[in-house]
Amino acid sequence: MKIKKNVAISDSGFIFNPDTGESFSANPIGMEMLEMLRDGMDYEEIRKNILDKYKSEKDTVEKDYNDFITMLKQYNLIENDGQKDD
Amino acid sequence: MTDKKTIKIAVTALNAIDSPGPGVSVIRGLREAESFDVQIIGLSYESLEPGIYMHDLVDKTYQIPYPSSGTSALFERLRYIHEKEKLDMIIPNFDAELFSFMKLAPELDKLGIKTFLPTVKQYEEREKFNLPAFGEKYGFNVPESKAIHNIADLYSIGSTFDYPLVVKGKFYDAGIAYNIDQAKSYFNKISAKWGLPIIIQEFVHGTEFNVTGLGDGEGNTISAVPIRKQYITDKGKAWGGISISDKEMLDLTDQFISSTKWRGGFELELMKNKEGKFFILEINPRIPAWVYLAVGAGQNIPEALVKLAMGMNPKPFSDYAVGKMFIRYSWDMIVDLEEFQQISTYGEL
Repeated sequence: MKIKKNVAISDSGFIFNPDTGESFSANPIGMEMLEMLRDGMDYEEIRKNILDKYKSEKDTVEKDYNDFITMLKQYNLIENDGQKDD
Repeated sequence: MTDKKTIKIAVTALNAIDSPGPGVSVIRGLREAESFDVQIIGLSYESLEPGIYMHDLVDKTYQIPYPSSGTSALFERLRYIHEKEKLDMIIPNFDAELFSFMKLAPELDKLGIKTFLPTVKQYEEREKFNLPAFGEKYGFNVPESKAIHNIADLYSIGSTFDYPLVVKGKFYDAGIAYNIDQAKSYFNKISAKWGLPIIIQEFVHGTEFNVTGLGDGEGNTISAVPIRKQYITDKGKAWGGISISDKEMLDLTDQFISSTKWRGGFELELMKNKEGKFFILEINPRIPAWVYLAVGAGQNIPEALVKLAMGMNPKPFSDYAVGKMFIRYSWDMIVDLEEFQQISTYGEL
């Protein structure tokens, strides 16, 4: 799962897709997830990082992760050839 | 100091109603040209076109007759203006006037006035009612379209089109009709303003994109800037937009220019459906009102158009800034009655 290379993500959480001209805002935890995805982390690594840092349950993280990825796909921010979820 | 050549260019479409003309944007591009200086002569149809009164952009304005007056009346007026101003070039920017200027282009050229317009064949092939044939000939996806001349024809088109469908005027205006009553209402409104035929077009669901560009008439792309309209008025006009980097749209534009050998400025109105397939909804045979975004993104299309017309061989643009936006606003100018009186009475200001 990879964020498209040309998608611009600012420190403030502003996301711009230059292919479509669409822009979005991510909240702080969304930003962290995006950065981890950008760094090439898979789901296991992302879940571990989140659980280490925040008081949450494995199931909750999994659900939020899947919701987030669905949204990124829906908004066309994920590389087409990397659709296989780890 | 610069010793750049000064080119005297007449520009039409100085209006700025809710469906604004491209003239003022074109002039802003020309004023920012790096390769020449300009003197701008405005050509107006009505006394309340704002560009007439923008003296920092337009040096002098002359009224010209409406296209319905015929090409000889237009030519006589242009000859008078040329005697006074010694024009180098004319850039017409209204769909409805283009045909007259295309017809007059050889005569204007004899007077020493350059134009850089599509050919009559190019102009006619892309007309809204010819769009299906155009798509078939050049291999583009286009929505199904049909020209109708009678309101009763709306009852028989049910076999070809499902609702919603788009009711379009020959030159301008369109409405999405969800039933026969709405279609009839649009038919009456639009035909009263722009005449017949009315074009019935299949409604393509998706996201609208636009490209403005410039072809050199030999199949080469001089400029192409794709955008997404971000703020659209109820007339479908963009009051905000952003430049984007969609390669498929650029390829499609290259294909359009190379296959038609398009000559001059243009705007492609595109719809991308859910499957990611692009449809050409319209091809406007002139520079669009939002062209100043292309200038701001690094492709000065009006400047390159003038260079093509004047034989200055512009280099094709290879790049533009992605993520540049335009946000349109309206601005109330205060104008003395004397100026309004001058243009209204004498047709010159």
